Amino acid sequence: MINYWPLIGILLVVIGFALKFNPMLVVTVSAIVTGLIAGMDPVEVISTFGKAFNDNRIIAIVWIVLPVIGLLERFGLQQRAAAVIRSMKNATTGRLLILYLIYRQITAAIGLHSTAGHPQTVRPLVAPMALAAAEKQHGHLSEAEAEKVKAYSAATDNVGLFFGEDIFFAIGSIVLIQQILATYGYDLAPLQLAVWAIPTAIAAFLIHATRLVRFDRKLGNRGR
Amino acid sequence: MITLHWLYALAGAMFAAFALLSALDKANPKRLGNAAFWGLMALSLLGGDVIGDFGNGLLVLGLAGLAGFGFIGRSHPPTTSEEEREGWSSKLGNKLFLPALIIPATALLGTLLYNYTPLGQAGWIEPKRETYVFLGLGVLFALAAIFAWLRPPAIAPLQEGRRLIDAIGWAAVLPQMLASLGVLFAAAGVGDAIGSLTRMVIPEGSIFLTVAVFGIGMAVFTMVMGNAFAAFPVMAAAIGVPLLIQHYHGDPAVVGAVGMLAGFCGTLMTPMAANFNLVPAALLELKDQYGVIRAQIATALPLLAVNILLIYLLAFR
Repeated sequence: MINYWPLIGILLVVIGFALKFNPMLVVTVSAIVTGLIAGMDPVEVISTFGKAFNDNRIIAIVWIVLPVIGLLERFGLQQRAAAVIRSMKNATTGRLLILYLIYRQITAAIGLHSTAGHPQTVRPLVAPMALAAAEKQHGHLSEAEAEKVKAYSAATDNVGLFFGEDIFFAIGSIVLIQQILATYGYDLAPLQLAVWAIPTAIAAFLIHATRLVRFDRKLGNRGR
Repeated sequence: MITLHWLYALAGAMFAAFALLSALDKANPKRLGNAAFWGLMALSLLGGDVIGDFGNGLLVLGLAGLAGFGFIGRSHPPTTSEEEREGWSSKLGNKLFLPALIIPATALLGTLLYNYTPLGQAGWIEPKRETYVFLGLGVLFALAAIFAWLRPPAIAPLQEGRRLIDAIGWAAVLPQMLASLGVLFAAAGVGDAIGSLTRMVIPEGSIFLTVAVFGIGMAVFTMVMGNAFAAFPVMAAAIGVPLLIQHYHGDPAVVGAVGMLAGFCGTLMTPMAANFNLVPAALLELKDQYGVIRAQIATALPLLAVNILLIYLLAFR
Protein backbone atom coordinates (compact mmCIF):
# COMPACT_ATOMS: atom_id res chain seq x y z
CA MET A 1 0.00 0.00 0.00
CA ILE A 2 1.40 3.37 -1.03
CA ASN A 3 1.55 6.07 1.60
CA TYR A 4 0.00 9.27 0.25
CA TRP A 5 0.55 11.43 3.35
CA PRO A 6 3.98 12.83 2.27
CA LEU A 7 2.10 14.64 -0.54
CA ILE A 8 1.08 17.16 2.13
CA GLY A 9 4.61 18.55 1.74
CA ILE A 10 3.89 19.41 -1.89
CA LEU A 11 0.55 20.94 -0.94
CA LEU A 12 2.32 23.16 1.60
CA VAL A 13 4.75 24.37 -1.07
CA VAL A 14 1.98 25.15 -3.55
CA ILE A 15 -0.12 27.00 -0.94
CA GLY A 16 2.92 28.83 0.43
CA PHE A 17 4.02 30.05 -3.01
CA ALA A 18 0.44 30.99 -3.95
CA LEU A 19 -0.01 33.07 -0.78
CA LYS A 20 3.42 34.68 -1.42
CA PHE A 21 4.95 33.71 1.90
CA ASN A 22 8.73 34.00 1.91
CA PRO A 23 9.93 31.03 -0.21
CA MET A 24 12.83 30.28 2.17
CA LEU A 25 10.34 29.69 4.99
CA VAL A 26 7.90 27.77 2.77
CA VAL A 27 10.65 25.37 1.67
CA THR A 28 11.96 24.86 5.20
CA VAL A 29 8.52 24.24 6.73
CA SER A 30 7.60 21.87 3.92
CA ALA A 31 10.85 19.93 4.32
CA ILE A 32 10.39 19.53 8.06
CA VAL A 33 6.71 18.56 7.83
CA THR A 34 7.36 16.05 5.03
CA GLY A 35 10.20 14.43 6.97
CA LEU A 36 8.16 14.16 10.14
CA ILE A 37 5.16 12.67 8.30
CA ALA A 38 7.45 10.09 6.72
CA GLY A 39 8.40 8.95 10.24
CA MET A 40 11.81 10.59 10.70
CA ASP A 41 12.60 12.06 14.11
CA PRO A 42 13.32 15.84 14.27
CA VAL A 43 17.11 15.45 14.52
CA GLU A 44 17.10 13.09 11.53
CA VAL A 45 15.01 15.56 9.48
CA ILE A 46 17.35 18.47 10.21
CA SER A 47 20.42 16.34 9.53
CA THR A 48 19.05 15.06 6.21
CA PHE A 49 18.18 18.62 5.16
CA GLY A 50 21.61 19.90 6.25
CA LYS A 51 23.49 17.13 4.46
CA ALA A 52 21.56 17.78 1.24
CA PHE A 53 22.34 21.51 1.49
CA ASN A 54 26.03 20.76 1.97
CA ASP A 55 26.06 18.31 -0.96
CA ASN A 56 24.60 21.00 -3.23
CA ARG A 57 27.09 23.78 -2.50
CA ILE A 58 28.20 23.75 -6.13
CA ILE A 59 25.06 25.81 -6.86
CA ALA A 60 26.54 28.74 -4.87
CA ILE A 61 29.75 28.87 -6.91
CA VAL A 62 28.39 30.98 -9.80
CA TRP A 63 28.13 34.01 -7.52
CA ILE A 64 31.93 34.46 -7.67
CA VAL A 65 31.36 36.37 -10.92
CA LEU A 66 29.53 39.18 -9.10
CA PRO A 67 32.62 41.23 -8.07
CA VAL A 68 33.76 41.34 -11.71
CA ILE A 69 30.31 42.27 -13.05
CA GLY A 70 29.85 44.90 -10.32
CA LEU A 71 33.27 46.37 -10.99
CA LEU A 72 32.58 46.66 -14.72
CA GLU A 73 29.19 48.24 -14.02
CA ARG A 74 31.05 50.81 -11.93
CA PHE A 75 32.98 51.75 -15.08
CA GLY A 76 29.85 51.96 -17.26
CA LEU A 77 29.45 48.46 -18.76
CA GLN A 78 25.65 48.72 -19.07
CA GLN A 79 25.93 52.22 -20.60
CA ARG A 80 28.52 50.91 -23.07
CA ALA A 81 26.31 47.97 -24.09
CA ALA A 82 23.50 50.44 -24.74
CA ALA A 83 25.81 52.72 -26.78
CA VAL A 84 26.88 49.85 -29.04
CA ILE A 85 23.29 48.97 -29.84
CA ARG A 86 22.42 52.63 -30.53
CA SER A 87 25.21 52.72 -33.10
CA MET A 88 23.83 49.72 -34.99
CA LYS A 89 21.38 50.54 -37.73
CA ASN A 90 19.27 47.41 -37.85
CA ALA A 91 19.37 46.17 -34.26
CA THR A 92 15.99 45.36 -32.77
CA THR A 93 15.22 43.69 -29.47
CA GLY A 94 13.81 40.65 -31.24
CA ARG A 95 16.71 40.18 -33.65
CA LEU A 96 19.26 40.64 -30.89
CA LEU A 97 17.56 38.05 -28.67
CA ILE A 98 17.23 35.61 -31.59
CA LEU A 99 21.00 35.87 -32.11
CA TYR A 100 21.55 35.21 -28.40
CA LEU A 101 19.14 32.25 -28.56
CA ILE A 102 21.21 30.71 -31.36
CA TYR A 103 24.45 31.36 -29.49
CA ARG A 104 23.07 29.86 -26.28
CA GLN A 105 21.66 26.74 -27.97
CA ILE A 106 24.86 26.04 -29.88
CA THR A 107 27.26 26.59 -26.97
CA ALA A 108 25.03 24.46 -24.71
CA ALA A 109 24.90 21.74 -27.38
CA ILE A 110 28.69 21.44 -27.31
CA GLY A 111 28.83 21.25 -23.53
CA LEU A 112 29.64 24.87 -22.77
CA HIS A 113 26.43 25.58 -20.85
CA SER A 114 28.21 27.04 -17.81
CA THR A 115 29.96 29.72 -19.86
CA ALA A 116 26.85 31.91 -20.15
CA GLY A 117 23.91 32.47 -17.82
CA HIS A 118 21.90 35.06 -15.91
CA PRO A 119 24.75 36.43 -13.76
CA GLN A 120 27.50 35.93 -16.37
CA THR A 121 25.83 37.29 -19.51
CA VAL A 122 22.16 38.31 -19.13
CA ARG A 123 22.48 41.00 -16.46
CA PRO A 124 25.70 42.66 -17.71
CA LEU A 125 25.23 42.33 -21.49
CA VAL A 126 22.06 40.85 -22.96
CA ALA A 127 19.42 42.76 -20.98
CA PRO A 128 21.05 46.22 -21.35
CA MET A 129 21.55 45.60 -25.07
CA ALA A 130 17.94 44.48 -25.54
CA LEU A 131 16.71 47.56 -23.64
CA ALA A 132 18.88 49.88 -25.72
CA ALA A 133 17.64 48.30 -28.95
CA ALA A 134 14.02 48.79 -27.89
CA GLU A 135 14.61 52.42 -26.89
CA LYS A 136 16.48 53.18 -30.07
CA GLN A 137 13.67 51.85 -32.20
CA HIS A 138 10.63 52.95 -30.26
CA GLY A 139 11.75 55.86 -28.11
CA HIS A 140 11.27 56.02 -24.35
CA LEU A 141 9.88 52.81 -22.81
CA SER A 142 7.26 52.73 -20.08
CA GLU A 143 8.27 50.85 -16.93
CA ALA A 144 6.01 47.93 -17.87
CA GLU A 145 7.59 47.71 -21.31
CA ALA A 146 11.14 47.81 -19.90
CA GLU A 147 10.17 45.00 -17.48
CA LYS A 148 8.90 42.95 -20.44
CA VAL A 149 12.13 43.43 -22.41
CA LYS A 150 14.21 42.32 -19.40
CA ALA A 151 11.93 39.34 -18.75
CA TYR A 152 12.21 38.24 -22.39
CA SER A 153 16.02 38.50 -22.13
CA ALA A 154 16.08 36.09 -19.18
CA ALA A 155 13.47 33.83 -20.83
CA THR A 156 15.60 33.59 -23.98
CA ASP A 157 18.58 32.44 -21.94
CA ASN A 158 16.50 29.69 -20.30
CA VAL A 159 14.95 28.45 -23.55
CA GLY A 160 18.35 28.38 -25.27
CA LEU A 161 19.96 26.51 -22.40
CA PHE A 162 17.22 23.92 -21.77
CA PHE A 163 16.72 22.99 -25.43
CA GLY A 164 20.38 23.02 -26.40
CA GLU A 165 22.09 21.22 -23.53
CA ASP A 166 20.57 17.77 -24.04
CA ILE A 167 22.20 17.53 -27.49
CA PHE A 168 25.47 17.33 -25.57
CA PHE A 169 25.77 13.69 -24.54
CA ALA A 170 27.89 14.15 -21.42
CA ILE A 171 25.36 16.23 -19.51
CA GLY A 172 23.65 15.28 -16.26
CA SER A 173 20.16 14.79 -17.68
CA ILE A 174 21.35 12.41 -20.42
CA VAL A 175 23.37 10.42 -17.89
CA LEU A 176 20.30 10.27 -15.63
CA ILE A 177 18.03 9.00 -18.44
CA GLN A 178 20.64 6.39 -19.34
CA GLN A 179 21.02 5.18 -15.76
CA ILE A 180 17.28 4.96 -15.14
CA LEU A 181 16.59 3.04 -18.35
CA ALA A 182 19.58 0.74 -17.63
CA THR A 183 17.93 -0.37 -14.38
CA TYR A 184 15.07 -1.73 -16.52
CA GLY A 185 17.49 -3.54 -18.82
CA TYR A 186 17.63 -1.01 -21.69
CA ASP A 187 21.30 -0.26 -22.30
CA LEU A 188 21.61 2.83 -24.47
CA ALA A 189 24.69 4.86 -25.41
CA PRO A 190 24.45 8.53 -24.38
CA LEU A 191 24.77 9.55 -28.04
CA GLN A 192 21.68 7.47 -28.97
CA LEU A 193 19.69 9.57 -26.50
CA ALA A 194 21.25 12.91 -27.39
CA VAL A 195 20.26 12.75 -31.09
CA TRP A 196 16.58 12.66 -30.09
CA ALA A 197 17.01 16.05 -28.44
CA ILE A 198 17.58 17.65 -31.86
CA PRO A 199 13.95 17.76 -33.13
CA THR A 200 12.82 19.47 -29.92
CA ALA A 201 15.75 21.90 -30.11
CA ILE A 202 14.65 22.96 -33.59
CA ALA A 203 11.01 23.28 -32.50
CA ALA A 204 12.04 25.35 -29.45
CA PHE A 205 14.01 27.71 -31.69
CA LEU A 206 11.14 28.14 -34.16
CA ILE A 207 8.52 28.76 -31.46
CA HIS A 208 10.59 31.17 -29.37
CA ALA A 209 12.05 33.06 -32.35
CA THR A 210 8.53 33.57 -33.73
CA ARG A 211 7.48 35.01 -30.37
CA LEU A 212 10.49 37.35 -30.37
CA VAL A 213 9.60 38.65 -33.85
CA ARG A 214 6.03 39.26 -32.68
CA PHE A 215 7.34 40.95 -29.52
CA ASP A 216 9.25 43.40 -31.74
CA ARG A 217 6.06 44.14 -33.64
CA LYS A 218 4.07 44.58 -30.43
CA LEU A 219 6.60 47.11 -29.12
CA GLY A 220 6.31 48.95 -32.45
CA ASN A 221 2.50 49.01 -32.50
CA ARG A 222 1.91 50.48 -29.08
CA GLY A 223 -0.14 53.61 -28.85
CA ARG A 224 -1.36 53.35 -32.41
CA MET B 1 44.57 18.01 -7.91
CA ILE B 2 42.29 21.04 -8.10
CA THR B 3 38.92 20.03 -6.68
CA LEU B 4 35.64 21.81 -6.13
CA HIS B 5 36.80 22.56 -2.60
CA TRP B 6 39.20 25.18 -3.96
CA LEU B 7 36.19 26.94 -5.47
CA TYR B 8 34.18 26.57 -2.24
CA ALA B 9 37.08 28.28 -0.46
CA LEU B 10 37.15 31.11 -3.01
CA ALA B 11 33.38 31.65 -2.83
CA GLY B 12 33.46 31.26 0.97
CA ALA B 13 36.13 33.93 1.31
CA MET B 14 34.02 36.24 -0.84
CA PHE B 15 30.90 35.71 1.27
CA ALA B 16 32.97 36.23 4.45
CA ALA B 17 34.09 39.59 3.06
CA PHE B 18 30.47 40.48 2.20
CA ALA B 19 29.52 39.64 5.80
CA LEU B 20 32.29 41.79 7.26
CA LEU B 21 31.52 44.77 5.00
CA SER B 22 27.81 44.38 5.80
CA ALA B 23 28.52 44.52 9.52
CA LEU B 24 30.49 47.76 9.05
CA ASP B 25 27.85 49.37 6.79
CA LYS B 26 26.31 51.91 9.18
CA ALA B 27 24.00 53.24 6.44
CA ASN B 28 22.06 49.96 6.33
CA PRO B 29 19.55 49.55 9.20
CA LYS B 30 19.58 45.75 8.63
CA ARG B 31 23.37 45.51 8.55
CA LEU B 32 23.61 42.85 11.27
CA GLY B 33 21.03 40.62 9.59
CA ASN B 34 22.89 40.86 6.30
CA ALA B 35 26.18 40.15 8.06
CA ALA B 36 24.73 37.05 9.75
CA PHE B 37 23.14 35.78 6.53
CA TRP B 38 26.25 36.06 4.34
CA GLY B 39 28.37 34.91 7.29
CA LEU B 40 26.39 31.67 7.44
CA MET B 41 26.91 31.20 3.69
CA ALA B 42 30.65 31.69 4.25
CA LEU B 43 30.59 29.15 7.06
CA SER B 44 28.79 26.62 4.84
CA LEU B 45 31.27 27.02 2.00
CA LEU B 46 34.40 27.09 4.17
CA GLY B 47 33.42 24.69 6.95
CA GLY B 48 30.49 22.66 5.67
CA ASP B 49 32.46 19.41 5.81
CA VAL B 50 33.54 19.99 9.41
CA ILE B 51 30.32 20.97 11.21
CA GLY B 52 28.46 17.72 10.53
CA ASP B 53 25.02 17.04 9.04
CA PHE B 54 23.10 18.34 12.05
CA GLY B 55 25.30 21.44 12.19
CA ASN B 56 24.59 22.08 8.51
CA GLY B 57 20.89 21.60 9.25
CA LEU B 58 20.96 24.25 11.97
CA LEU B 59 22.87 26.54 9.59
CA VAL B 60 20.08 26.16 7.02
CA LEU B 61 17.42 26.90 9.64
CA GLY B 62 19.38 30.06 10.51
CA LEU B 63 19.43 31.16 6.86
CA ALA B 64 15.71 30.50 6.49
CA GLY B 65 14.87 32.34 9.71
CA LEU B 66 16.96 35.42 8.83
CA ALA B 67 15.43 35.60 5.34
CA GLY B 68 11.89 34.59 6.27
CA PHE B 69 11.41 37.02 9.14
CA GLY B 70 12.77 40.06 7.29
CA PHE B 71 16.16 40.44 8.97
CA ILE B 72 17.98 41.12 5.72
CA GLY B 73 17.63 44.15 3.46
CA ARG B 74 19.10 45.93 0.49
CA SER B 75 22.29 47.94 0.99
CA HIS B 76 23.76 50.85 -0.94
CA PRO B 77 27.54 50.44 -0.94
CA PRO B 78 29.62 53.27 -2.45
CA THR B 79 29.65 53.16 -6.24
CA THR B 80 29.73 55.55 -9.21
CA SER B 81 26.80 57.75 -10.33
CA GLU B 82 24.90 57.38 -13.59
CA GLU B 83 26.74 60.44 -15.00
CA GLU B 84 30.17 59.12 -14.01
CA ARG B 85 29.31 55.81 -15.67
CA GLU B 86 28.27 57.51 -18.92
CA GLY B 87 31.59 59.37 -18.75
CA TRP B 88 33.64 56.20 -18.26
CA SER B 89 31.65 54.42 -20.96
CA SER B 90 32.43 57.01 -23.64
CA LYS B 91 36.02 57.38 -22.47
CA LEU B 92 36.85 53.67 -22.41
CA GLY B 93 34.85 52.63 -25.47
CA ASN B 94 34.28 49.04 -26.49
CA LYS B 95 37.44 47.85 -24.75
CA LEU B 96 35.21 47.76 -21.66
CA PHE B 97 33.69 44.52 -22.97
CA LEU B 98 37.02 42.69 -22.96
CA PRO B 99 37.25 42.01 -19.19
CA ALA B 100 33.61 40.81 -19.22
CA LEU B 101 34.45 38.39 -22.02
CA ILE B 102 37.50 37.02 -20.20
CA ILE B 103 35.25 34.90 -17.95
CA PRO B 104 33.26 33.03 -20.65
CA ALA B 105 36.34 32.88 -22.91
CA THR B 106 38.48 31.29 -20.20
CA ALA B 107 35.74 28.81 -19.33
CA LEU B 108 35.20 27.96 -23.00
CA LEU B 109 38.83 27.70 -24.13
CA GLY B 110 39.93 26.03 -20.91
CA THR B 111 37.24 23.37 -21.17
CA LEU B 112 38.02 22.70 -24.84
CA LEU B 113 41.78 22.53 -24.31
CA TYR B 114 41.43 20.35 -21.25
CA ASN B 115 39.15 17.85 -22.99
CA TYR B 116 40.60 17.71 -26.50
CA THR B 117 44.36 18.06 -25.97
CA PRO B 118 46.83 15.99 -23.93
CA LEU B 119 46.60 18.73 -21.27
CA GLY B 120 43.70 16.96 -19.62
CA GLN B 121 45.48 13.64 -19.26
CA ALA B 122 47.68 15.03 -16.51
CA GLY B 123 44.61 14.86 -14.26
CA TRP B 124 45.07 18.23 -12.58
CA ILE B 125 41.39 18.86 -12.13
CA GLU B 126 38.58 16.89 -10.53
CA PRO B 127 36.87 14.99 -13.40
CA LYS B 128 33.77 16.65 -14.94
CA ARG B 129 34.34 19.82 -12.92
CA GLU B 130 36.82 21.49 -15.25
CA THR B 131 34.37 24.12 -16.56
CA TYR B 132 33.73 25.36 -13.01
CA VAL B 133 37.45 25.51 -12.30
CA PHE B 134 38.08 27.52 -15.47
CA LEU B 135 35.13 29.76 -14.57
CA GLY B 136 36.87 30.54 -11.27
CA LEU B 137 40.16 31.08 -13.06
CA GLY B 138 38.41 33.41 -15.53
CA VAL B 139 37.10 35.50 -12.62
CA LEU B 140 40.63 35.89 -11.23
CA PHE B 141 42.03 36.78 -14.68
CA ALA B 142 39.28 39.35 -15.22
CA LEU B 143 39.92 40.94 -11.81
CA ALA B 144 43.65 41.12 -12.52
CA ALA B 145 43.00 42.72 -15.92
CA ILE B 146 40.63 45.34 -14.49
CA PHE B 147 43.07 46.27 -11.71
CA ALA B 148 46.00 46.54 -14.11
CA TRP B 149 43.98 48.70 -16.49
CA LEU B 150 41.62 50.88 -14.45
CA ARG B 151 43.14 50.82 -10.96
CA PRO B 152 39.90 50.92 -8.92
CA PRO B 153 40.12 51.19 -5.11
CA ALA B 154 41.28 47.85 -3.66
CA ILE B 155 37.99 47.29 -1.83
CA ALA B 156 35.83 48.08 -4.91
CA PRO B 157 35.29 44.51 -6.23
CA LEU B 158 33.95 43.40 -2.85
CA GLN B 159 31.74 46.47 -2.39
CA GLU B 160 30.37 46.20 -5.93
CA GLY B 161 29.85 42.45 -5.48
CA ARG B 162 28.00 43.16 -2.22
CA ARG B 163 25.82 45.71 -4.02
CA LEU B 164 24.72 42.98 -6.45
CA ILE B 165 24.35 40.13 -3.94
CA ASP B 166 22.23 42.33 -1.64
CA ALA B 167 20.02 43.22 -4.64
CA ILE B 168 19.46 39.50 -5.15
CA GLY B 169 19.10 38.78 -1.43
CA TRP B 170 17.84 35.40 -0.20
CA ALA B 171 16.96 34.39 -3.79
CA ALA B 172 20.70 33.65 -4.14
CA VAL B 173 20.35 30.77 -1.66
CA LEU B 174 16.89 29.50 -2.62
CA PRO B 175 18.02 27.15 -5.44
CA GLN B 176 20.22 25.26 -2.98
CA MET B 177 17.30 25.07 -0.52
CA LEU B 178 15.00 23.64 -3.21
CA ALA B 179 17.57 21.03 -4.20
CA SER B 180 17.69 20.00 -0.54
CA LEU B 181 13.89 19.86 -0.35
CA GLY B 182 13.96 17.50 -3.35
CA VAL B 183 16.27 15.15 -1.44
CA LEU B 184 13.87 15.14 1.51
CA PHE B 185 10.87 14.53 -0.74
CA ALA B 186 12.65 11.54 -2.28
CA ALA B 187 13.50 10.12 1.15
CA ALA B 188 9.87 10.52 2.24
CA GLY B 189 8.47 8.58 -0.75
CA VAL B 190 6.75 11.51 -2.49
CA GLY B 191 7.78 10.05 -5.88
CA ASP B 192 6.03 6.71 -5.29
CA ALA B 193 2.83 8.45 -4.28
CA ILE B 194 2.80 10.67 -7.40
CA GLY B 195 3.55 7.71 -9.66
CA SER B 196 0.67 5.70 -8.30
CA LEU B 197 -1.72 8.66 -8.66
CA THR B 198 -0.74 9.17 -12.31
CA ARG B 199 -1.37 5.51 -13.17
CA MET B 200 -4.99 5.93 -12.03
CA VAL B 201 -5.78 8.47 -14.78
CA ILE B 202 -4.37 6.44 -17.71
CA PRO B 203 -7.03 5.40 -20.22
CA GLU B 204 -6.76 1.79 -21.43
CA GLY B 205 -5.81 1.05 -25.05
CA SER B 206 -4.95 4.48 -26.44
CA ILE B 207 -1.27 4.97 -27.22
CA PHE B 208 -1.75 8.66 -27.95
CA LEU B 209 -3.54 9.41 -24.66
CA THR B 210 -0.93 7.42 -22.72
CA VAL B 211 1.83 9.47 -24.39
CA ALA B 212 -0.09 12.65 -23.55
CA VAL B 213 -0.45 11.71 -19.87
CA PHE B 214 3.27 10.83 -19.77
CA GLY B 215 4.29 14.20 -21.30
CA ILE B 216 1.89 16.31 -19.25
CA GLY B 217 2.77 14.31 -16.14
CA MET B 218 6.47 15.04 -16.71
CA ALA B 219 5.72 18.77 -17.06
CA VAL B 220 3.34 18.98 -14.07
CA PHE B 221 5.50 16.92 -11.72
CA THR B 222 8.52 18.98 -12.79
CA MET B 223 6.57 22.14 -11.92
CA VAL B 224 5.78 20.73 -8.48
CA MET B 225 9.33 19.57 -7.76
CA GLY B 226 11.06 22.41 -9.62
CA ASN B 227 13.32 19.94 -11.36
CA ALA B 228 12.87 17.52 -14.28
CA PHE B 229 15.55 15.26 -12.79
CA ALA B 230 13.27 14.49 -9.87
CA ALA B 231 10.26 13.93 -12.11
CA PHE B 232 11.92 11.61 -14.63
CA PRO B 233 12.57 8.53 -12.47
CA VAL B 234 9.01 8.70 -11.14
CA MET B 235 7.26 9.08 -14.49
CA ALA B 236 9.56 6.49 -16.09
CA ALA B 237 8.60 3.98 -13.41
CA ALA B 238 4.90 4.87 -13.53
CA ILE B 239 4.21 5.14 -17.29
CA GLY B 240 7.31 5.39 -19.48
CA VAL B 241 8.75 1.91 -18.96
CA PRO B 242 5.75 -0.33 -18.09
CA LEU B 243 3.27 1.14 -20.59
CA LEU B 244 5.04 3.03 -23.40
CA ILE B 245 8.11 0.83 -23.73
CA GLN B 246 7.06 -2.64 -22.53
CA HIS B 247 3.33 -2.72 -23.33
CA TYR B 248 3.20 -0.62 -26.53
CA HIS B 249 6.84 -1.33 -27.64
CA GLY B 250 7.92 2.31 -27.95
CA ASP B 251 11.58 3.15 -28.67
CA PRO B 252 13.20 3.62 -25.22
CA ALA B 253 15.66 6.25 -26.53
CA VAL B 254 12.84 8.51 -27.77
CA VAL B 255 10.63 7.99 -24.73
CA GLY B 256 13.55 8.80 -22.42
CA ALA B 257 15.10 11.74 -24.27
CA VAL B 258 11.94 13.56 -25.37
CA GLY B 259 10.19 12.73 -22.08
CA MET B 260 12.91 14.60 -20.22
CA LEU B 261 12.47 17.58 -22.58
CA ALA B 262 8.72 17.59 -21.87
CA GLY B 263 9.76 18.01 -18.24
CA PHE B 264 11.95 20.98 -19.18
CA CYS B 265 8.80 22.69 -20.53
CA GLY B 266 7.48 22.44 -16.96
CA THR B 267 10.69 24.01 -15.63
CA LEU B 268 9.91 27.14 -17.66
CA MET B 269 6.57 27.56 -15.86
CA THR B 270 7.34 27.12 -12.16
CA PRO B 271 8.62 29.35 -9.34
CA MET B 272 10.05 26.16 -7.82
CA ALA B 273 12.84 26.32 -10.44
CA ALA B 274 14.16 29.35 -8.59
CA ASN B 275 17.59 29.61 -10.15
CA PHE B 276 16.12 29.86 -13.66
CA ASN B 277 12.96 31.85 -12.94
CA LEU B 278 13.14 33.79 -9.67
CA VAL B 279 16.88 34.53 -9.42
CA PRO B 280 17.02 36.32 -12.81
CA ALA B 281 13.92 38.34 -11.85
CA ALA B 282 15.83 39.52 -8.76
CA LEU B 283 19.08 39.93 -10.69
CA LEU B 284 17.38 42.15 -13.31
CA GLU B 285 15.48 43.98 -10.54
CA LEU B 286 12.03 43.20 -11.96
CA LYS B 287 9.01 44.43 -9.98
CA ASP B 288 7.11 41.22 -10.74
CA GLN B 289 9.01 38.24 -9.32
CA TYR B 290 7.05 35.98 -11.71
CA GLY B 291 7.83 38.20 -14.75
CA VAL B 292 10.29 35.73 -16.30
CA ILE B 293 7.79 32.86 -15.96
CA ARG B 294 5.07 34.97 -17.61
CA ALA B 295 7.42 35.60 -20.56
CA GLN B 296 8.03 31.84 -20.93
CA ILE B 297 4.57 30.25 -20.74
CA ALA B 298 3.68 30.91 -24.39
CA THR B 299 6.88 29.14 -25.47
CA ALA B 300 6.53 26.26 -22.99
CA LEU B 301 2.95 25.19 -23.76
CA PRO B 302 3.23 24.80 -27.56
CA LEU B 303 6.62 23.14 -27.09
CA LEU B 304 5.08 20.65 -24.67
CA ALA B 305 2.48 19.79 -27.33
CA VAL B 306 5.29 19.36 -29.89
CA ASN B 307 7.15 17.02 -27.52
CA ILE B 308 4.07 14.86 -27.01
CA LEU B 309 3.59 14.64 -30.79
CA LEU B 310 7.29 13.82 -31.25
CA ILE B 311 7.11 10.91 -28.82
CA TYR B 312 3.93 9.64 -30.49
CA LEU B 313 5.36 9.93 -34.02
CA LEU B 314 9.00 8.91 -33.44
CA ALA B 315 8.80 6.24 -30.73
CA PHE B 316 6.13 4.17 -32.49
CA ARG B 317 7.50 4.23 -36.03
